[in-house]
Amino acid sequence: MGMAVKEKMAKRAAEEINNGDIVNLGFGIPQKAIQYIPEEMTVFFHAENGVLGAGPSPEKGKEDENLVDAGCVPITAVPGASYFDSANSFAIVRSGKLDITIMGGLEVSEKGDLANWIVPGAIVPGMGGAMDLAKKTKKVIIIMTHTDKKGNPKIKKECSLPLTAPNCVSLIITDLAVIKVEERGLVLKEVFDTTTVEEVKEKTGADLIVEDTVKVISYE
Amino acid sequence: MQIENQFGKIKTVSEAMENIKDGMTIMIAGFGGVGSSCTLINEIIKKNVKDLTVISIDAGDPDVGPDHIIRNLQVKKLITSHIGATPTTGELMNAGKLEVEFSPQGTLSERIRAGGVGLGGILTDVGVGTLVEEGKQKIELGGVTYLLETPLRADIAILYAKKADAFGNLVYDKTARGLNPLMAMAADISIVDAEEIVPVGAIDPEDVITPGAFVDIIVHGGGKFKWGWQ
Repeated sequence: MGMAVKEKMAKRAAEEINNGDIVNLGFGIPQKAIQYIPEEMTVFFHAENGVLGAGPSPEKGKEDENLVDAGCVPITAVPGASYFDSANSFAIVRSGKLDITIMGGLEVSEKGDLANWIVPGAIVPGMGGAMDLAKKTKKVIIIMTHTDKKGNPKIKKECSLPLTAPNCVSLIITDLAVIKVEERGLVLKEVFDTTTVEEVKEKTGADLIVEDTVKVISYE
Repeated sequence: MQIENQFGKIKTVSEAMENIKDGMTIMIAGFGGVGSSCTLINEIIKKNVKDLTVISIDAGDPDVGPDHIIRNLQVKKLITSHIGATPTTGELMNAGKLEVEFSPQGTLSERIRAGGVGLGGILTDVGVGTLVEEGKQKIELGGVTYLLETPLRADIAILYAKKADAFGNLVYDKTARGLNPLMAMAADISIVDAEEIVPVGAIDPEDVITPGAFVDIIVHGGGKFKWGWQ
């Protein structure tokens, strides 16, 4: 059996990160991207609670209660890291210094609108930093399953859930495909080797532009 | 070591608590409880002051941070960015027992800063085209649509610092800084719970993050949260 689907999505997302980038990773699968960044690359991870240069978790017993990520999990700080207050943390975001944010999604529209902060009447966690990050990061990458648990498309003509930010998503990485949001619409760039272009089209709730060459991703 | 209290700011926890009363607006610094004063939160619960408006970046995690006070039904309104880690807060909100005003985290930070530095509001395009814009004035400037976000101030700010000198100059600790420096400026009375209180002159002025002018009361609480990872 090959790599787990979640790992594949995280690995593919990590390939978008370039040397020297400043990156914010959401909870869950986005955070898995860390392990797929080549060691020779220098990437500064921003955590919105106030650190640029977040490093891996410390060994058990070496945790510092005042050094945690935005999920309140103990971390370390890499050489060159800095600490700051919440206003400066979001100054980094709003000023466009953040190169990439990778986060989960509930729905993405064909214009790149993102919904990921509220399901009215059900889940009301609040937006935290998601609205600032989605609106202001240079490149917003969404990792999500292609369809919901009932099989309904999560990529749609229009989002039906309340938006996090309109017209903000650059790239969607699902368990089936990699889709780029462009001016002309949603462009199917790549499919995982477990699926086909036809299946992806069928499970997408918006028009997909399919170019002559759609790359097939095979991870061992 | 006896520290000279020449500004009269160093007080006992119970003296500090005399300032906290029913109906007040209280800012509680910290992110998931990190950078929050465990002692002062516990004292607010013990005093059982009611009808509070609490301003905090999140509701904390279960058992740490503002969630305790909310669960004790002392809060009528919460202004925050996130309550996802604390189921009780959401349940009270859905049951109509707690009013919650959500503000995007960066916007919330700037609203508090605006309240602290005497600005009449801030303009931001974060939240435009979302539920956040409801009821807010929109302003067009240089071809961009902004929301006018109002400043936030409080009667009391509850702060946590690694170190305070007797004047209230504060040094924080890593990611325990958060909203502390912003809330220090934005309340009529700011109360800091410092892990260590040192004499005036013991902190290099270059290391001071919050100038003592913004700090009214200094206590040493000594309380410690039990963290989820422990």
